[in-house]
Amino acid sequence: MHEFRVQVGPAAFRIGSQWKRPLDQLAELYRDYPVPAIPDYSVRLESVSLLRRFVRPSVSINGDYMLPDAAPLPLAQGLLAAEMAMNLQMALGWRRHLLLHASAVEKDGRALIMTGQSGSGKSTLAAMLGHRGWRFMGDEFVLVDLDTGAAVPFPRLISLKNEAIGAMMATALDGRFGPMIQSTPKGDIRHLVPPADAIAAMSRPARPALLLFPSFGFDPAFREVGPSEVFMRLTQASTNYVTLGEKGFSALTRFVQTVPARAIDYRDGIEAEDLVNRLWAECT
Amino acid sequence: MTASPSTKYKAEPADQILVAPLDSLTLVYQRRSGITHIVAEPAPEILAIMGADALTVEEVAQRLAAQYDFDGTQAKDIITERLNELADLGLVERCHA
Repeated sequence: MHEFRVQVGPAAFRIGSQWKRPLDQLAELYRDYPVPAIPDYSVRLESVSLLRRFVRPSVSINGDYMLPDAAPLPLAQGLLAAEMAMNLQMALGWRRHLLLHASAVEKDGRALIMTGQSGSGKSTLAAMLGHRGWRFMGDEFVLVDLDTGAAVPFPRLISLKNEAIGAMMATALDGRFGPMIQSTPKGDIRHLVPPADAIAAMSRPARPALLLFPSFGFDPAFREVGPSEVFMRLTQASTNYVTLGEKGFSALTRFVQTVPARAIDYRDGIEAEDLVNRLWAECT
Repeated sequence: MTASPSTKYKAEPADQILVAPLDSLTLVYQRRSGITHIVAEPAPEILAIMGADALTVEEVAQRLAAQYDFDGTQAKDIITERLNELADLGLVERCHA
């Protein structure tokens, strides 16, 4: 079994694999990240059966936390399987912070947090802003400190899908991209290494200052979202709110009572950036 | 369970709930169950004025009328409905004599 270790924000992972190639890809993309001594989570990429290790190899994900009916992926998508497995450990296992399914960027010690359904553009927006003067904090999870309310970065590889791949290749001209992974359950996927400042500052939290609910594909507009609606949306966007009990309640209520929220509609990155800058100036 | 006019209601002890008023709704976290309840007025007001006492609908209405500007007699049906809803949620207990 081959092994790879990586520290992303406060979480330490050990990934074991029967194949070397996915781990070589991970090692190359995560080469600037710290290597932890003691992992929080262990993930294993294994063949579905002994035969399938060699014939049309198929990767099944196993680890501390797993979904019993997760479909195996072809070996060519081993990197994706590893990333999915790491996300799964966080989503199902993390207890040290309130976990929000959201992206975030930082400026002047304050965090802009974006959440929404898959396809809302939150990941692409964070990636784009992270290459245009903001510090990228994460495109999948925002970790809210249970005591201070600060947003803690989780800057794993940026997962670009379909049209976002071309858009970010044009924006991040010096970016380091992973291999193009085609025909995945979510379409084409290509990973992008976060900017160097995001990795260097991955242990530096930021105070949440603005929450956005982006919607891609509509004429540019924005509206205020009240705390009650924000609370309900964020309980849906959190995988560990219920598990955390009273600490989760206190952290989330403080968040919705103190962080202004807006829903924004946009058709392209330029419109989104204009809206973000305008709202950021108004709200912070 | 049906309630008669003599039915008394007792709210979950104040140290067993966390209340967070938001813009239009109020969150009530119940320590005993770990459940977050989302309620609208007058449910949070009812919980607050009940204190630690076991009260009939009439008594709850009187206490509310003393603090808020409304006719307690006419509001009794609404208060009964809200108390029964709170009882179903486990935030209020029915005490039958």
